[in-house]
Amino acid sequence: MRFDTPAGTNPIDRLKVVGKPLDRIDGPLKTTGTAPYAYEHHPEPANAAYGYVVGSAVAKGRIRSMDLSQAKAAPGVIAIVTAENAGKLGKGSFNTVKLLGGPEVDHYHQAIAVVVAETFEQARAAANLVRVDYARAKGRFDLDEELKTAPLTGGSSDEGSSAPGVDRVGKFEAAFASAPVKFDATYTTPDQSHAMMEPHASIAAWDGGSLSVWTSNQMIDWGRGDLAKTLNIRKDKIRFMSPYVGGGFGGKLFLRSDALMAALAARAAHRPVKVALQRPLIANNTTHRPATRQRIRIGATADGTITAIAHESGSGDQPEGGPETAVNQTKLLYAGANRMTSMRLAVLDLPEGNAMRAPGEAPGMMALEIAMDEMAEKLGMDPIAFRVRNDTQVDPEKPERRFSERNLIGCLEQGRQRFGWSKRNPRPAQVRDGRWLVGMGMAAAFRNHINMPSGARVRLGRDGIVTVETDMTDIGTGSYTIIAQTAAEMMGLPIERVVVKLGDSSFPVSAGSGGQFGAPNSTGGVYAACVKLREAVAQRLGYDPANAVFEDGRVRAGNRSAALAEAAKDGELSAEDRIEFGDLGKKYQQSTFGAHFAEVGVDSYTGVVRVRRMLAVCAAGRILNPKSARSQVIGAMTMGVGGALMEELAVDKRFGFFVNHDLAGYEVPVHADIPHQEVIFLDETDATASPMKAKGIGELGLCGVGAAVANAVYNATGVRVRDYPLTLEKHLDRLPPIA
Amino acid sequence: MKAFTYERAASAQDAAAKASSLQGARFIAGGTNLLDLMKLEIETPTHLIDVNGLGFDKIEKTQDGGLRIGAFVRNTALAADMRVRKGYGVLSRALLAGASGQLRNKATTSGNLLQRTRCPYFYDTNQPCNKRRPGSGCAAIGGYSRQLAIVGASEACVATHPSDMAVAMRVLDAQVETVNAAGQTRAIPIAEFHRLPGDTPHIDTVLAPGELITAVTLPKPIGGVHLYEKVRDRASYAFALVSVAAVIQKDGSGRVAIGGVAHKPWRVEAAEAAMPQGAKAVAAQLLAGATPTEDNAFKVPLVERTLAAAMHEARAA
Repeated sequence: MRFDTPAGTNPIDRLKVVGKPLDRIDGPLKTTGTAPYAYEHHPEPANAAYGYVVGSAVAKGRIRSMDLSQAKAAPGVIAIVTAENAGKLGKGSFNTVKLLGGPEVDHYHQAIAVVVAETFEQARAAANLVRVDYARAKGRFDLDEELKTAPLTGGSSDEGSSAPGVDRVGKFEAAFASAPVKFDATYTTPDQSHAMMEPHASIAAWDGGSLSVWTSNQMIDWGRGDLAKTLNIRKDKIRFMSPYVGGGFGGKLFLRSDALMAALAARAAHRPVKVALQRPLIANNTTHRPATRQRIRIGATADGTITAIAHESGSGDQPEGGPETAVNQTKLLYAGANRMTSMRLAVLDLPEGNAMRAPGEAPGMMALEIAMDEMAEKLGMDPIAFRVRNDTQVDPEKPERRFSERNLIGCLEQGRQRFGWSKRNPRPAQVRDGRWLVGMGMAAAFRNHINMPSGARVRLGRDGIVTVETDMTDIGTGSYTIIAQTAAEMMGLPIERVVVKLGDSSFPVSAGSGGQFGAPNSTGGVYAACVKLREAVAQRLGYDPANAVFEDGRVRAGNRSAALAEAAKDGELSAEDRIEFGDLGKKYQQSTFGAHFAEVGVDSYTGVVRVRRMLAVCAAGRILNPKSARSQVIGAMTMGVGGALMEELAVDKRFGFFVNHDLAGYEVPVHADIPHQEVIFLDETDATASPMKAKGIGELGLCGVGAAVANAVYNATGVRVRDYPLTLEKHLDRLPPIA
Repeated sequence: MKAFTYERAASAQDAAAKASSLQGARFIAGGTNLLDLMKLEIETPTHLIDVNGLGFDKIEKTQDGGLRIGAFVRNTALAADMRVRKGYGVLSRALLAGASGQLRNKATTSGNLLQRTRCPYFYDTNQPCNKRRPGSGCAAIGGYSRQLAIVGASEACVATHPSDMAVAMRVLDAQVETVNAAGQTRAIPIAEFHRLPGDTPHIDTVLAPGELITAVTLPKPIGGVHLYEKVRDRASYAFALVSVAAVIQKDGSGRVAIGGVAHKPWRVEAAEAAMPQGAKAVAAQLLAGATPTEDNAFKVPLVERTLAAAMHEARAA
């Protein structure tokens, strides 16, 4: 199905199943520990052995020699694979750096060997006996230092955010110079780790020249393609399966070393092999969100109309890597005739930077939305009013393009009322609650919508059960449920009559999970396949497909009617299709909007910040399932609190690695950090996005949270902190006198 | 993890005897720290002596009105004990500020005292660390040191002791009772129990090889307001940046010990004379000669401010 004109009325609009806050159909499996994640896939391939990955002990250099003799002689060891005996390997299209290092080492904890043994414990013990002699080389580990000479670079994240090296509209410099009110500040965001619960894990099993991989991956087709490319085998020789994923956040968008090393290990051991990356490897072996340095300048007239806005961002990555596209939202969020954005990219020898939940916008909004708060204060305006003043219904860079749907103002106004914004004292450091300085802050939320083709197969069985098969993944987001809701709505069935099978490369290729593009596009693909199945059903029953109505388990056409199962009584019916997109995404600017509000307390003695309550208001097209959507948003808000207050990969600039590489050192919020969270969805449909009229929500919930918290901290203390995370030492010496 | 042998000890003396005669032997009780360190091969014992079955799991009154806490009393039980809550509130609060519910259910009193540092370089076996591998050097010095020591450190080691409980024990003048291979017992004042790193940072305590902790005793309750102020980025399940254990009397006099700043719970009794004059005067003496890094310089004012918070709470109580 080619989707190239805005959707009219269709069966989804009945909203008998879609749009209902249904429980996740995979919920009981998750809560009873019976959802088979990659490492515990059942039935497990017979005779599986265990692989343990050895990470490089140096960040940059060359392996002079490896002594495997002790490891080989250790109990239970079956095989050891290194670059020397792995055979000739390619590199995946989505990988910046090769996944198996040696003799050259590109970054700390890059995999340099996998040790295979009968048990996990034996493999781990033997891995510690691998002796490596390195020749260390000088590396580039200091972002600030390297940015001094870094060139301008355009680029896009693999999740879809993109920006050119420099982009100009009007004359920024002149307009800024002559603006009656000017603001200019620089913000920093640190490297962050995805820190998902389930580590990267895979089981690989060869059968002759064919390879089966059970893994934890967000993008089946990307992972399968890159594994084939790396192993130099045909893609159709690989079956790649990832039915359950215990969190990804972008860290599992790509083929990573667990899957490759499992495949190589299984080939060497002539047995299936299980590999899970040990927690200390997650930070340095896999990808991370790159740190940024962002300068923002805003010029406005005295009434708060923006006349000039510039956002310049610098980040670093491995050679051949890309920039963090942190300026992306600044091109679209606010009006202003004179605009400039630019990105610089430094070459670093730290681990590979790549997409993490809302790449581009997440760190970009952390900076931009503090700047908006600061500028509002400079103008003497309420920060909500300042944003409303500069709302735009067209792409500010290309005014001929309208936003398909844009209800930022609605989100801001709803939030203002629901959060009790009128109780906020605009003068900072005025409100106390015992020891605590109390403040409120807000930020706009923005994340682009991305169209991705997505396919599905739908089968109607003799028993009347509809089975959906697509390689779409459920990374904890609710894909199983919204896909079932979509098929149920289309076929006129209760959700219990639909079975959903996901995450298998033998199913049609889907959008996959990333960039908050999963929900709208994968359900769009299921919609398309269901349209075909409806045609097949009508045809089998001898009805006119154009007039057939599917409802309550029956098919009606005129005064004729039959049970849906009737159509399959002589054999299963199957239909497959994919949704493809025309140029609606070019014609219209498709984005999601929201507003984040936070109230914080800052301990007047210790400077510790604790969030007291939060609110998100979202306008993101049709909400397919308000319950799973809310879960996505509160999860994202939690991640935003982490980014605001504690998450930072600490760089050792001498040795070139992230030092705090476990969950004791890299702190993410726990329950005690997260107070009452409220989420409101505005009633909206976006007919340009897909027949589902839905857009994504999982990243919108994050974009802006950090700034809302930071602005609340400022409102509490009167001390502006522009460096994330806002740990206590950044304002301790400037806090108001202790009462 | 290296392969190891395992046995259950028959008696305390037997355990001590085996531990002192078998090279590479270690006691195991709750195992909440040791097992993690073994998996990472930071600790590589060849033989484990399980002391869980030895008893030492009661909290009893002592003759002088104090408490004797068995070495293997779990942190959860100790924190919840009514005698502890009434007479030694600072201890209960410190315990509950540490770790998580699950860990406290398993962790023991003696094991808590014997926790190893959480210095990230100690945890990364690719990095030199004098505490992990004597003589290999210290990667933490000149590295990421936000969590690390500001007082009492050496050129060989800047690690901190991670325990909350031990800080409270220090302010309460606890004594650590032990037995050795010969069956001899001794009571070690908590002040002397943990060592400063000096040039032998691999040795955390004054315990002799094989010496087994059997109890921790607390003197008679001293009254006052008991406070444990723990400062950390995350509200729970995080080690202290700085913590203050304080017992403050109505007249403003009192005692204070600090966590998160040194290789041991930090207390300078002489500084406590200044308690009635306020936090600044006390902190100045407590941290005299401090050698913070750029990363952890904030701990110096933070100690003073956290102590001021404790004093504020004491006045409000």
